Amino acid sequence: MSIKKVHDEQPKNFEFSEENLKLANKILKKYPNNQKKSAVMPLLYLAQNQNDNWIPLAALKYIGNFLSMSYINVYEIATFYTMYNLAPVGKYFVQVCTTSPCLLRGSSEIVKACKNKISSEPDNISKNGMCSWTEVECLGACVNAPMIQINNDYYEDLDLKSTEKILDSLIQDNPLKPGSFRNRKNSAPENKTLTNGVKNA
Amino acid sequence: MPKIFVNDKEIEFQNGMTVLQACELAGAEIPRFCYHERLSIAGNCRMCLVEMEKSPKPIASCAMPATEGMKIKTNTDMVEKARKGVMEFLLVNHPLDCPVCDQGGECDLQDQSLYYGFDKSRFKENKRQVKDKYMGPLIKTQMTRCIHCTRCVRFATEVGGVTELGAIGRGENMEITTYLEKSMESELSANVIDLCPVGALTSKPYAFEARPWELKKTETIDVMDAVGSNIRVDTYGWEVKRILPRLNDNINEEWISDKTRYACDGLLKQRLDKPYKRENGKLVESDWDEIINIVCSKIQETEKNLIAAHIGDMQSMETINSFKSLLEKIDVNNYEFREKPFYINPENKINYIFNSSIKGIEDADCIVLIGANPRHEATMVNARIRKNYISKKTPILSFGNPGDLTYDYTIAGNTTEDVRKFINKENKASDIILKSKKPIIIIGESALELDSGQFILESVKKFLLENNFINEKWNALNILIQNASSVGAIDLGFLNIDKKNNFDFFKKLSNHEFNLLYFVGSDNLNFTKKNEFIIYQGSHGDRTAQIADIILPSPAFTEQDGLFVNLEGRLQKSVKSTYPPGDSKEDWKIFNLIFKNLKNQDLFQNFKELRKNTLEKVKNHSDFDLLPKTKISKIDSGSGNFMNEPISIKKIDYYFSNSIARSSKTMSDCRAIRSKNLKNKTGS
Repeated sequence: MSIKKVHDEQPKNFEFSEENLKLANKILKKYPNNQKKSAVMPLLYLAQNQNDNWIPLAALKYIGNFLSMSYINVYEIATFYTMYNLAPVGKYFVQVCTTSPCLLRGSSEIVKACKNKISSEPDNISKNGMCSWTEVECLGACVNAPMIQINNDYYEDLDLKSTEKILDSLIQDNPLKPGSFRNRKNSAPENKTLTNGVKNA
Repeated sequence: MPKIFVNDKEIEFQNGMTVLQACELAGAEIPRFCYHERLSIAGNCRMCLVEMEKSPKPIASCAMPATEGMKIKTNTDMVEKARKGVMEFLLVNHPLDCPVCDQGGECDLQDQSLYYGFDKSRFKENKRQVKDKYMGPLIKTQMTRCIHCTRCVRFATEVGGVTELGAIGRGENMEITTYLEKSMESELSANVIDLCPVGALTSKPYAFEARPWELKKTETIDVMDAVGSNIRVDTYGWEVKRILPRLNDNINEEWISDKTRYACDGLLKQRLDKPYKRENGKLVESDWDEIINIVCSKIQETEKNLIAAHIGDMQSMETINSFKSLLEKIDVNNYEFREKPFYINPENKINYIFNSSIKGIEDADCIVLIGANPRHEATMVNARIRKNYISKKTPILSFGNPGDLTYDYTIAGNTTEDVRKFINKENKASDIILKSKKPIIIIGESALELDSGQFILESVKKFLLENNFINEKWNALNILIQNASSVGAIDLGFLNIDKKNNFDFFKKLSNHEFNLLYFVGSDNLNFTKKNEFIIYQGSHGDRTAQIADIILPSPAFTEQDGLFVNLEGRLQKSVKSTYPPGDSKEDWKIFNLIFKNLKNQDLFQNFKELRKNTLEKVKNHSDFDLLPKTKISKIDSGSGNFMNEPISIKKIDYYFSNSIARSSKTMSDCRAIRSKNLKNKTGS
């Protein structure tokens, strides 16, 4: 299964919720009337948020009509950008950064943890339907490498043990607090007393 | 004019040209895949790399505008190395299946790899495999071969006017597809096959039929509609294997419609190969001597004013001319070429042709359609209108609702009353046209078929004359004729009308006043048989052949030489590209036989004489392939009756509009899919 391929089971209808419709119209106002389609990316993001973190075909069609764009153009955009999911993901969607800095700091251990705890292949939903994971490119938190993104939150400074703890908490639907798992404050040095940098994380 | 140096040779170029075009001017050929003259520039294949002075890297010449004093080199080691590198990357994922690929022998990638390809691959990894896509009954896909030049996507969006093709995914996972793999809803869809530089999109009906070097190629013209697209007919033995477009900027540029391209398999099916006569309600094989005797005795025993003749939609001028000579010499006066009773005024050539010319559409700054659906009636004209619309956003108005035309237009009215107001300068549409400098008014056959048909044509003409829109330089009056033979038939006067009565023939026909009907290739006539004796001369066992009492087999348009005048009045030669099946005889020879039997005389000695005679009768003839010389006359032909009535545009069964298309399997597949899509659309 791939979250970049259109899912087999599709809901028949999609419509923006009242709240999202207001937001969508607000987004539309940013663009001139004859350039409506510029709003396609934020609208796709809205649709993804509304529909449990994935975009069904009905939503692509809905947005196409909403912006008077042809369906194929919306489809092209949705398939091009990696952060739009076209198939269902878990309630907690784990994105593991595996770009060089995270890789050097041990992200393969984290991938291993995901394989053990969630599913042996990426993009598959865990048995109890709570989680799915995928490998992604740099999420821009290299200074806190290795790290994962779960829905909208960053979990940083991880190792095998802490990751397993996090994943367990997700599977039990009781997620841990996001942030650094070595008690760093943001990306500040780990041990403030040692300023010469010897022991920094 | 600015100057550019290509390989140290100084040449002048026009502002706005790209480096690639300037290099072409200088005679330096540049390899390319994604660049195409008639499409927008993508710059994604990188094959056209050239060296530019002061640039450390090679540049993509197709996307780089040429500027004054640029120094370009196209033959250095650096350029060759760069192109070889590009070619190696293109071939990384391209399968080595030329022996089983239909593009083989006419493949850009194959040709260019001859010059820039490596002899072996350094790519050790797995090649990517892409699932084939469904794109309808015309286009066969083998998407692993795709090199992502996006020509097809650009064609569909820009020329075809259907945004149904697109590139999904990115990087190695990029794939070209239609939305959810539906067939393309365009009458121009199969042109993507010609555009595809590799074997990713190939022709489905032609799959594994022949190799390009085995085919005999004949340059001729198309007769599926009145546009007269220039085509090349490829034959293998007597079979027409495929039809390809030929470049003609004045008519079809380098596209042709799907019907032109794929109705050709209808030339192999349902053919009439022997003369037939009806005995006890059944058609029985006969021979020429017997059949000509029967025909002649029938002609002799019938009163001459009870004999009527009709000529079909795909007949050449020679056929029409020799037929008319025969009829005149045996005193038959009822003849007609129209399939529907629409008003025509044959007094002056400008009254029945597309005066602005197809190329002229590009200059127009206002387009008005009256009862016309150019998309189905003349696809290539529609493509030109779209081209104009895309480049200039020209206002397009329509009287009557033609449905989706692939561009935006405003419906200015739905009744003849609206047209009357428009001519009397009483509505908004009149303001728009009066403000324009080069307007175009296109009157369709559906409008001329109305009771106010005469009123529409004559008063629109009057309006244009009064406002100086018909002058030596610009003629805004255009009639959109649907059939290839029509303009030629009017030129040769193959119709019997006077000022008061335009539709005598149709009245008598529907009242069953004729006893003997002689149809030459006419299958679209709305007619039910009662007691008439019907002679059908034609190539296909279609509608009329089924009710005929005598069948005289004659060749189809690809099987005999002939002249055709297209809707602009352009005289073109259709060339015999293959021979007809069985015992069929060329039309003029059949008329000769009949005349010989009746009067013991030849109608025409040979084809040369016939053609000479025909050419003399062409009105305002200038030369082959040129527009006619037209004179503007201000004769008042009466304004006709006005009746307020709705303008309904008659739908044509696009894929089934003539006997060849009706015999074609490909066309009936297309038709089935189109009607299924229509049903789905109205269903949801």
